Amino acid sequence: MRIKILVRLKGQILEPQGKVIEQSLNSLGLTEFSNIRQGKLIELDLPDNISKEEKAQKIDSACKKLLVNDIIEEYEVLG
Amino acid sequence: MSFKSAVITFPGSNCDRDALCYLKDLTKGKVHNIWHEETSLPKVDLVILPGGFSFGDYLRSGAMASKSKIIDEVVKHANDNRYLLGICNGFQILTEIGLLKGALIRNKKLKFLGKNCFIKRKFKNNFNLSIKDNQTLQIPVAHNEGNFYCDTETLNLLKNNEQIAFEYCKGEFSDTEENINGSIEAIAGITNKKKNVLGMMPHPERAYSDFHQSQDGRLIIESLIS
Repeated sequence: MRIKILVRLKGQILEPQGKVIEQSLNSLGLTEFSNIRQGKLIELDLPDNISKEEKAQKIDSACKKLLVNDIIEEYEVLG
Repeated sequence: MSFKSAVITFPGSNCDRDALCYLKDLTKGKVHNIWHEETSLPKVDLVILPGGFSFGDYLRSGAMASKSKIIDEVVKHANDNRYLLGICNGFQILTEIGLLKGALIRNKKLKFLGKNCFIKRKFKNNFNLSIKDNQTLQIPVAHNEGNFYCDTETLNLLKNNEQIAFEYCKGEFSDTEENINGSIEAIAGITNKKKNVLGMMPHPERAYSDFHQSQDGRLIIESLIS
């Protein structure tokens, strides 16, 4: 099964790329967009035959050990 | 007794050679160069994790290097109360290992900063003993992710334990900002609680020789040797 993990900077941390994207959109006349923040998406495959609990535990372990730095980032499993 | 040291090289390190010369010239002792896949580290007084872009800065700066085989030995070295210095990418690696608090995020203005900066000592430790109070050091920086971040609780801890070693300050050039990269409280370098591990973004190994613009980087090694 294909897993998507969304990693983003925690809300209280300034995300300067989002600010620049917002300024550029504004300069293109797209002024309705605000509070833009850029994150990253990690996609990976896991075997289909593992249980739901095992899947959650494996993803959690990968995120905590390497994929996410919990001092500055948070993550969400999209599916 | 001569001062022994080692520099760890990761794929993508680009200041390891400078760090080796820095140690050779200033300590006059034996300097080892250790590849990241090694599983043993000689008994030395100081280990330097050098600057560069280890593993291409993939995922996060320092994230991959912090999982290298040699890191267990580096942690043991630090736990034995011996000195460990992370410069630039080395600082990022130390925060990723968890030996130092906080994290280094993108510079506030999103620019890679390659220029001279000015720092001064905040709290005294064995890495900055030879520096005078209010002395301004001119040392180059070269980083994209040098913006030190930590939460308020951690910041209070760093202050209460006097773990902030260096902070950016105004220098003699009019274009030098006080806080070049947006770090919390202009933090340029911190230590662990025991103060035997230092991480700093500026490059002292690029400011020691006669052909460098500044020789202020000597003070770090002079402090350790004194």
